[in-house]
Amino acid sequence: MFGAMLGEAWHAMGANRLRTFLTMLGMVIGVGAVVLMMAIGQGAQESVKQSINSMGSNLFIVLSGSTTSGGARIGTGNAPSLKVGDATAIGELEGISAVAPVTMGTAQIVFGSNNWNTSILGTMPSYLDVRSWNLADGYMFSDSDIRSATRVAIIGKTVAQNIFGDEIDPIGKTIRIKQTPFTVVGLLEGKGQSLDGRDQDDTIIVPLTTAQRKLFGGQFPGSVRMIMVQAETAEIMPAVESDINNLLRQRHNIREGNDNDFSVRNLTSLANSAAETTRTMALLLGAIASVSLLVGGIGIMNIMLVSVTERTREIGIRMAIGARERDILMQFLLEAIVISFFGCLIGLILGIGGAVLVGMLTQATILISGNSILLAFSVAAAVGIFFGFYPARKAAQLNPIEALRYQ
Amino acid sequence: MTESQKKAGNVIRVRGLHKHYMTAAGPFPVLKEVDLDIAYGDYVAIMGPSGSGKSTFMNILGCLDKPSSGEYTLDGYQTAELDGDALARVRNKTIGFVFQGFNLLSRSSLLDNVSLPLVYAGIDKAERHARAAVLLKKVGLEKYYHSMPNQISGGQQQRVAIARALVNRPNLILADEPTGNLDSVTSEEIMALFGELNKEGITIVLVTHEPDIAEHASRQVRFLDGRIVQDSQRGFGELTAEAGAA
Repeated sequence: MFGAMLGEAWHAMGANRLRTFLTMLGMVIGVGAVVLMMAIGQGAQESVKQSINSMGSNLFIVLSGSTTSGGARIGTGNAPSLKVGDATAIGELEGISAVAPVTMGTAQIVFGSNNWNTSILGTMPSYLDVRSWNLADGYMFSDSDIRSATRVAIIGKTVAQNIFGDEIDPIGKTIRIKQTPFTVVGLLEGKGQSLDGRDQDDTIIVPLTTAQRKLFGGQFPGSVRMIMVQAETAEIMPAVESDINNLLRQRHNIREGNDNDFSVRNLTSLANSAAETTRTMALLLGAIASVSLLVGGIGIMNIMLVSVTERTREIGIRMAIGARERDILMQFLLEAIVISFFGCLIGLILGIGGAVLVGMLTQATILISGNSILLAFSVAAAVGIFFGFYPARKAAQLNPIEALRYQ
Repeated sequence: MTESQKKAGNVIRVRGLHKHYMTAAGPFPVLKEVDLDIAYGDYVAIMGPSGSGKSTFMNILGCLDKPSSGEYTLDGYQTAELDGDALARVRNKTIGFVFQGFNLLSRSSLLDNVSLPLVYAGIDKAERHARAAVLLKKVGLEKYYHSMPNQISGGQQQRVAIARALVNRPNLILADEPTGNLDSVTSEEIMALFGELNKEGITIVLVTHEPDIAEHASRQVRFLDGRIVQDSQRGFGELTAEAGAA
């Protein structure tokens, strides 16, 4: 009986093709919009997630803070308040998996006839652990390189491309940083953009001591710009943060009531709030698109009501020859569901096509997940049933005598 | 009730049937205290002017409408005790309807039209079409299985409707002005078909206002103002006396 009803639904749809098409169109646009918007929203979420992963997990950054000297306040990161010893002390706290003091600056680098301006990081070997960064080639310098301040460099992908090009293998080559020759011993894996849009691969890493003595030496020897700290788990981060604060206040002899001369920032929570923002955006996009799905559903209800009125006599005949209320109900419900199913199918194809097109035209990350397809499908089915039910019930509850008399 | 007991008794037994419609001015009676028995295999013509209540009576016999009070027993079942689904089953299996306006589904082939009652009886497609084909052949339309209703004449459409009424092997055929839209020659053909069916043992009740059509039936019942005023089986005097007394 179900097969026969499905066949009749198909028949009824074919009887008025233009109307069926227009009814479907509402569904097509609704589902297409949902799929497209969710692809864009989830794509944005995905690219934020990638940025967060590339930054490293459970990360704190301790910056040398503003100090007041003679009434003039000095901005964050410029005061020479953090020392390598602070980093070592933080490393001995509980719940810390890696610590890397960092000093940095920018410099012009030269290889042969090519030159490039990039940022130079002076740090410890642990920096790669903190940032969850791997080498594509070569090796990381060691603690003995730190002790003897050797002139070795690990270069990022962007730097390698700009001064070596694709042809030359950078490992073992000598480059000049601020006129000082450095041997390239390692090549970093590509990390892409950071959350704030900087190219993270446009950098060179050298031993901390080398940077302090040979590149940015001067005013405050032994001080570092910041200390990167990785906690063991996300749960202990608040405890670790207050431990770091207490430790540094003690080490810097800051009396109670006085301001810190450093600041501790939880990068992971910043990243999470960025992720939260994109998630909200994705939800908003989906919600707006869902409205068009709703409108499509109302379109189906509208046409089904017209169809019930038009076919009143047919309903009367069917009742007279033995159709039960639920047979009539099923027949019209099935018709609404078939319409929304095909509308959904076409909308899905158009939505995916549109998303791929947007991805190609804008270079934005587009993500079409099975979940969003499943969601669009189930919402469409629900819309079909919900908006098909009222007209179908109206048909099923017709009085057969009046229906038979209907002209 | 066993099959043999049923056949010996009446397919239709109506007692004290009363029907009124609610209007703004209060209840308006359409049928008043109607009693009627129709035996299995009977061939009854119900006559009467418009407004006499014969159509309402037909609708009640067909389980499309319910009486306001009184008893209606169809094929041994008290119809008042049946719910909507059971009534639908009665319409599907016990009764075959033939209407004045043929009432075929215009978008379906003749074969699909005839097999439609079998869809609601839950019979599979192969058997549906086989049974429909047999009946279309019986009414002389074996060449038109896949034609659409608008491709054949009115008389042929009424034959299709009769085939549809017969397809679920009902005990009773209710025909409401079956020749009302047909010319006299075609009407005679349709009435001949009804005659044949009656000879095969099917009970036929038809409503008509044409006396020469009613002549084909073996019994004539006349309605006037919601009452039966004449029943050829019971004799005239009896009923007119009753009507006069009331």
